[in-house]
Amino acid sequence: MAAPTFAADIALCYLRLEKNKTAGEKQRMEKSGISRRAVLAGTAAAGAMGFARFPARAAEPQWKKFAGTKLEVILAKGPRGDNLQRYAKEFTELTGIQVESEQIPEQQQRQKVVIELASGKPSFDVIHLSYHVQKRQFEKAGWLANLSGYMKDANLTAPDLVESDFSAAGLQYARNDKGQMLSLPWSVDYFILYYNKEMFQKKGIEIPKTLDEMVLAAEKLTDPKEGTFGFVGRGLRNANMTLWTNFFLNYGGEFLDAKGNILTDGPEAIEATKLYQRLLTKVAPPGVAGFNWMESMAAFTQGRAAMWIDGVGWAPPLEDPAASRIVGKVGYTIVPAGPKGKYSATYGDGIGVAQACPNKEAAYLLCQWLVSKTQGARLLQAGGGVPFRNSVLDDSDTRKGVKLPQEWLQSAIDSAKISKLGLPVIIPVAEFRDIVGAALTATLSGADPATELKKAHEQFRPILERSEKT
Amino acid sequence: MTALPHVGPATAEAGAAPEREWRPPSYWPFVIPALVVVLAVIVFPWAFTIWMSLNEWKVGSPTTFVGLANYLRLPKDPRFVEAVAHTLVYTALSVLLPLVFGTFAAVVFHMNFLGRGVLRAIFIMPMMATPVAIALIWTMMFHPQLGVLNYLLSLVGLPPQLWVFHPSTVIPSLVLVETWQWTPLVMLIVLGGIAAIPAEPYESAQLDGASLWQMFRYITLPLIAPFLFIAAMIRMIDAVKSFDIIFAITQGGPGSASETINLYLYSVAFTYYDLGYGSAIAVILFLLIVALAALLLHLRRRAQWTETGGGA
Repeated sequence: MAAPTFAADIALCYLRLEKNKTAGEKQRMEKSGISRRAVLAGTAAAGAMGFARFPARAAEPQWKKFAGTKLEVILAKGPRGDNLQRYAKEFTELTGIQVESEQIPEQQQRQKVVIELASGKPSFDVIHLSYHVQKRQFEKAGWLANLSGYMKDANLTAPDLVESDFSAAGLQYARNDKGQMLSLPWSVDYFILYYNKEMFQKKGIEIPKTLDEMVLAAEKLTDPKEGTFGFVGRGLRNANMTLWTNFFLNYGGEFLDAKGNILTDGPEAIEATKLYQRLLTKVAPPGVAGFNWMESMAAFTQGRAAMWIDGVGWAPPLEDPAASRIVGKVGYTIVPAGPKGKYSATYGDGIGVAQACPNKEAAYLLCQWLVSKTQGARLLQAGGGVPFRNSVLDDSDTRKGVKLPQEWLQSAIDSAKISKLGLPVIIPVAEFRDIVGAALTATLSGADPATELKKAHEQFRPILERSEKT
Repeated sequence: MTALPHVGPATAEAGAAPEREWRPPSYWPFVIPALVVVLAVIVFPWAFTIWMSLNEWKVGSPTTFVGLANYLRLPKDPRFVEAVAHTLVYTALSVLLPLVFGTFAAVVFHMNFLGRGVLRAIFIMPMMATPVAIALIWTMMFHPQLGVLNYLLSLVGLPPQLWVFHPSTVIPSLVLVETWQWTPLVMLIVLGGIAAIPAEPYESAQLDGASLWQMFRYITLPLIAPFLFIAAMIRMIDAVKSFDIIFAITQGGPGSASETINLYLYSVAFTYYDLGYGSAIAVILFLLIVALAALLLHLRRRAQWTETGGGA
């Protein structure tokens, strides 16, 4: 590659990534403007508008009952947080409840929430929580209020908000082992396969339906001399677990046995790790052991990788001309099936009320409004998340308002049908991700998968046992 | 004391001493604010950290006293043992390289040449930048496919490197960033030392026909040794507890190849919420810093003794 082009590549890639935030913001703003119209059109047909999209029955919740209450919300930084902050005024107009909110980067938000909840006097009422990391910890500590009773109360809940409207994964995340709803599922993150259509067409390769086909396709698409590779994905410890579990589940793996013992050193895990090792060492860019989603996305948007498996939420930057060189060339499909399964590893976040909150019912109204069809449609249409509610995904007007390729939307809908929780529901999720993730990274330097998994298993088992005892 | 209303001049001095002991200490009101601050922000957190390290203290679970159990876990924890090794290698390199380059830069910047002031100002710029911002820029430069460093290597015919993206090169690459940022600090300290050296020894050495290297080795180096020790001490303390650059660039990865004690401590305390074990690691980190500082002070004393001995 000529020197100036290369230098320009580097500058472009990173400047665009950075700029992407603002461009994405603008795009979302525009989209939300359009989507509002789309939503209004759909709503008019239904004889309702705005929040009146909850069907106007006699059992309409008493929105104004808690007027004058003030709520504090703690949010992880991202499109969901933006969604709340952008439309919070509408909620205040509807209910008379004042909303103060704070967005903090995800990692720090998780820490702040846990430390404050453990203190017993959190500074917030409503919590944006990360299910795949915090579910078990929050349940065991009893930090979240039980919302089941409120959901059955016609004075508090719109008739269309029923548990059965949430996808199975959402309910698995939100319910505790007694079947109580401790939060409302907000946005789901399915892992999907992104692929570069142009690269596939050039080589005349079919889109892979199975993991074996994916490896073969990736091998054909790899040309190190040209600097192009068949596959890219997370290699960085901890982050890599979210990719690996797609392979693990599709090889028939289960995280825990009936007694709660961890099962990440079994034959399924070893086979999944061999696949992971093969993909990331033979057909992925060098240095992938240090790649998180950002580096992986950079390789993909620069046209240097033909396939990328990651969360469904990355479509907006891939389709943004200011951030991507492959706009209009991206294909979206479900994660290829494995020999013993066809799953999409699923992660997600929810919105709940702190047990210590003095205004739980008012806080519940806010949670309900956040997962309402209107807000869900806005989130989906802006590409900022995929709601857990089937009624949002199934709504034709909402679908029409989605500006991202319909193929993307279809991949999300198809993934919903094959979704499976992407991490074990245990307290020490972070340790699990770190320890097994480090074993996976070690295999990228040539270590034996079975040996590394065994070592990680031995290291993690006592941690899990200790966490369940206390 | 009241039994001695009249004392003669000879006994006055002897009697005054015990009388002062009984006087209300007039300096206390002035000491109290500082004492309170020291107790509140230094002594109390330390005592509390030690107390936490003696407990099984997990956020969201009840606390139980476990004595030294957390400390006994440390040698059996492979991640901690690895982290200690990484910390020592990282510290040794992050002290040595800035010292060598900083001393060299100080010697150069002590010379008179055109544009010296401007170049000095440019040279110290890395030190003024925010570590996290620096880290993000270096992350981009290290990128194996898109980074400028591999492009520069390709210009001189060298093969591309994986820098922070491979376990065997990650620590040297991070040290490169640390060296780039902190060489100016060493340069400033050493430059102050060189400026304080009188010109006579050099004149005398020149008359004796000493070479530039000999003058540096036998005049400059011994005379700036105390400054080098100060620089080494500052760098050492900084490097042992280095966090921002490593966290922002690698988060301790790939795998745990660049996980230092401080990063592991952060994970244990704030990601795994195991405050008891995290506190035990914090105490060990503190002891390590104290031990390394004591070692440097000892070496410094020895060096001074040698100088005196050599001069005598």
